[in-house]
Amino acid sequence: MRTISYTEALREALQEEMTINPDVFLMGEDIGIYGGAFGVTRGLLDKFGAERVRDTPISEQGFVGASIGAALAGSRPVVEIMFMDFITLAVDQMVNQAAKLHYVLGKQARCPMVLRTVGGGGRCYGPTHSQSLEAWFTHVPGLKVVAPSTPADAKGLLKAAIRDDNPVIFMEHKLLYGCRGEVSGDPDTVIPLGKARIARAGTDVTLIAWSWMSAEAGRAAEDLSTQGISAEVIDLRSLIPLDIDTIIASVKKTHRVLIVQESCRTGGFGAEISARISETVFDYLDAPLLRLATPDIPLSASPSLERAAMPDRSRIFEAARKLVEG
Amino acid sequence: MLVMRLFEEKVEKLFSDGVIRGTTHPATGQEAVAVGVCSVLKKGDYITSTHRGHGHFIARGGDPRRIMAEIFGKVTGYSRGRGGSQFMADYRLGFLGGNGITGGSIPIATGTALSAKIKNTGKIAVCFFGDGASNQGTFHESLNLAGLWKLPVVYVCENNLYAMSTHVDKAIPIPHIADRAASYGIPGVVVDGNDLLAVREVMQAACIRARSGAGPTLVECKTYRHSGHSRGDQRIYRSREEEALWLTRAPIRRFRAVLIKRGALNQENDRRLRREARAIVTEAVRFAKQSPDPDPATLEEGVFA
Repeated sequence: MRTISYTEALREALQEEMTINPDVFLMGEDIGIYGGAFGVTRGLLDKFGAERVRDTPISEQGFVGASIGAALAGSRPVVEIMFMDFITLAVDQMVNQAAKLHYVLGKQARCPMVLRTVGGGGRCYGPTHSQSLEAWFTHVPGLKVVAPSTPADAKGLLKAAIRDDNPVIFMEHKLLYGCRGEVSGDPDTVIPLGKARIARAGTDVTLIAWSWMSAEAGRAAEDLSTQGISAEVIDLRSLIPLDIDTIIASVKKTHRVLIVQESCRTGGFGAEISARISETVFDYLDAPLLRLATPDIPLSASPSLERAAMPDRSRIFEAARKLVEG
Repeated sequence: MLVMRLFEEKVEKLFSDGVIRGTTHPATGQEAVAVGVCSVLKKGDYITSTHRGHGHFIARGGDPRRIMAEIFGKVTGYSRGRGGSQFMADYRLGFLGGNGITGGSIPIATGTALSAKIKNTGKIAVCFFGDGASNQGTFHESLNLAGLWKLPVVYVCENNLYAMSTHVDKAIPIPHIADRAASYGIPGVVVDGNDLLAVREVMQAACIRARSGAGPTLVECKTYRHSGHSRGDQRIYRSREEEALWLTRAPIRRFRAVLIKRGALNQENDRRLRREARAIVTEAVRFAKQSPDPDPATLEEGVFA
């Protein structure tokens, strides 16, 4: 199979879905001739024209709300928020409008829109361009939350998100855009939302992660194997819906769990996973659950401070080793 | 207009009697805006409403029985009791619903117009909101987008002078909200919102403009809500004299005078119309009262499509 980057995989997903379905269109800041701040939509303006690859003013609340209206009227908009941090400007539209329409109004109201955005640190962009805010949206019934970590998942999950009839927050990661991997060129290859991926099978400890942390956990698992520790890595792929069955099966096998989240600790999605495990398979645990997370601080721009804050391969390795060796 | 008026008066009464719970925002006195606007729309056009939306829904052809049932929280309501007074819709009528967030529906109406334009359906969108909402970012961002893209949408501002208790003079530094349209390169029109025929005339022009591809219009309807903002509002922020003055300008009274003058209405058919309107509202209440509550077993159903 051919190898392409995460960015190219996302672009392919957009291009294929726009080709298959004329109702799909894109909206966002600088997504046209500029191709998006991270280049995901590069070239799509030439292929589909300005009506369907729609540059917007800096107006997150306005164009996210407009995408909800367009979805209700039968379109399938995919909007890009340049940095996840800017999603705050559009939260009302997602939380008070998009998320609630179907539950309250029933079958008549469908809101098939995707909000693509990019979270995460590692680029020294500082406190307002580096956050991972996905946990907020997992707390809002009616929104799906997806965070792929590989090029194949980026493509397959984005295609699934576009075809889904619900509002989806699709979180990409700055550090993943350049990552390469094997990706299907078949336009029919779609990865369903709500199915976790066992990125690596193991028996001694379960590492649960998503997005960039999943990639780092995979590398940590390699390091652990050199120490004779067999780590199983679960890449959640989507947080909502959550594939709790895959988690439970793994815990029953390994009896030890390390949850790795990039966002700050308190109120993060790791806490939810931890609670769900405690509620369902507590008796299978041989050691307390552990969470790795950024401390409860805003992220700094300084490379040294940012490095000190974020979980990474070596911290995951250390935490997992301690968990297994006691 | 009569059904709207009697409906809202009945809702207020039912609230004060403790028969129904939650909140409600009556549009008593604003009937000419809802009816004038909806009377010029075509089938399939989109409407977004506000927290003060019962009248918009009735004017668009919503069933008063199911609207009342929703206010009662009954399963026969438009949202099966899940939305209440502020959150009900009938997409077959193009009525996309009220909104509990002031200004929340303005980008959504804009988006329906965007979709209509991209898909070339010939539909237009009409977006109701109040004077208070015109201070929200959603208003300015949406008019900017619609002006930029020449979207088929008409923004209808019901300026009833008060955002809850706050008078427009304390919230907006210019005399006419319609003047804000200039910033977005679109026409802004002020109309007497208590004059049904004037509202119709302005809306006809705005809809023609929208359908022709020339873009949006901002229509400011100057009106007044005779009731308080919501249940429990003692109206301590305005004088009884002011209220009395606006009662003399009440839209139903004015339109009745026009009809009588034109010979279209006499005492007899006026009485008949009132009787019919009362019967519709009585039936709505009967229907709502007799309808079952939603089954708690359905609580977790339908979060996702």
